[in-house]
Amino acid sequence: MAHAQSGHGHTDAAGQSHGSFGSYAVGFVVSVILTAAAFWAVMSHTLSPSSAVATIFVLAVVQISVHLVFFLHLNFRSEQRWNVTAFAFAVLVVFIVIGGSLWIIHNMTERMMDHTPNGPLPTLQEQP
Amino acid sequence: MPTDAVAAHGGHDHHHDHAQEQMDNKVFGFWLYLMTDCVLFATAFAGVAVNGHSYAGGPTGKDIFELNGVILETACLLISSVTYGFAMLGAYRHNKSQVMMWLAITFLFGLGFIGLEVKEFVHLVSEGNGPERSAFLSSFFLLVATHGCHVTAGLLWMGTLMFQMGVMGKPLNTTYMSRLTMLSLFWHFLDIVWIGVFTVVYLLGSMT
Repeated sequence: MAHAQSGHGHTDAAGQSHGSFGSYAVGFVVSVILTAAAFWAVMSHTLSPSSAVATIFVLAVVQISVHLVFFLHLNFRSEQRWNVTAFAFAVLVVFIVIGGSLWIIHNMTERMMDHTPNGPLPTLQEQP
Repeated sequence: MPTDAVAAHGGHDHHHDHAQEQMDNKVFGFWLYLMTDCVLFATAFAGVAVNGHSYAGGPTGKDIFELNGVILETACLLISSVTYGFAMLGAYRHNKSQVMMWLAITFLFGLGFIGLEVKEFVHLVSEGNGPERSAFLSSFFLLVATHGCHVTAGLLWMGTLMFQMGVMGKPLNTTYMSRLTMLSLFWHFLDIVWIGVFTVVYLLGSMT
C-alpha cells in the first residue's frame, strides 16, 4: 500500500481522507509532547505568569492543528474544500462569540464602575 | 481517483458509486453538525471566559483544581482518540475483528475519562463547591459537563455499534462504514474540544 508511506493517508473519490498507522502514531507522539509541555508550563512555576499563559495558548492552537491534520485528516485538497470551508466559518463564529462576549462584558463592567469624585455608592451591607 | 475502498468492493459499478455518494453525503452532513456543535461549545467557553473570576467569595480554580487528575483524563481521551483511529484502519481493511477489538479498547478509555470526571464532580459538590456556589463554578460545570455529556453520548453510540456488529452480526458494509466514520469524527472532535477545556479551564484557572 503506497499510501502508508505518505504519512497523511490517502483521499478517496469524495474527499474522505483515510489515516494510516504512521499518521496516528505521529499525531499521538506530537500531542503527548505538546500536552506535557502545556502542563509543565503551568505546574513547574518556572515561567512568569504572562509567558506561561502565552505558552499554553500557543501550544493549544498547535495541538488542535495537529489533531485536525493527523486524526481528522483535514487538508486543503480540492476534494475537501467544503469540509474546510465549513470549518473556517465555524472558527470565525467561535471567535465572534467568545471575543464578542468578552468585549461586551468588559465594557459593561467598566461602565458600571462609579466614576464620581465621591467614589462608589455604599452597598447594602455597608449602610448603617 | 482510484481508492482501496472502491477497489476492494470490486470496481466502479453504478450501484457502488451511488452507495458511496450517499455515504459521503451523510458524513459531510455530520461534519456540518459538528461545526454547529463548535458554536455550542463556543458559548460555553464564552461563559467561562466572562465568569472565570467571579468567585463570589468562593474558591478559585487554584483552590479546587487537581491537575494530576486532569492529566489522567487528558491521557485517557488522547489514547482513546488514537485507538479509535486504529479501529478505522481495521475498517478500511474490512477486518471486523480488528474493528471490534479497537472499539472495545476505545470504549474502556472513554469510560475511564467519564469515571474520572464524575469522581471530580462528586468531590467538588460534596465540598460545597457545586455549580450554585459562584458564577465561576456555574460556568465551569456548564462547559465541562456539556463536554462530558457529549463523551457519554459517544460511548452509547459506540456501545450500540459494537452490539450491532458483534452480537447482531451486522457486516462492515457502507451503512456501518458511514456510522463508524461519523463516530470517528465525533470522537476526534471531542478530543479537540478537550484541548480547549484543559487549556482554558484547568491550566489558565490554576494560575489565576
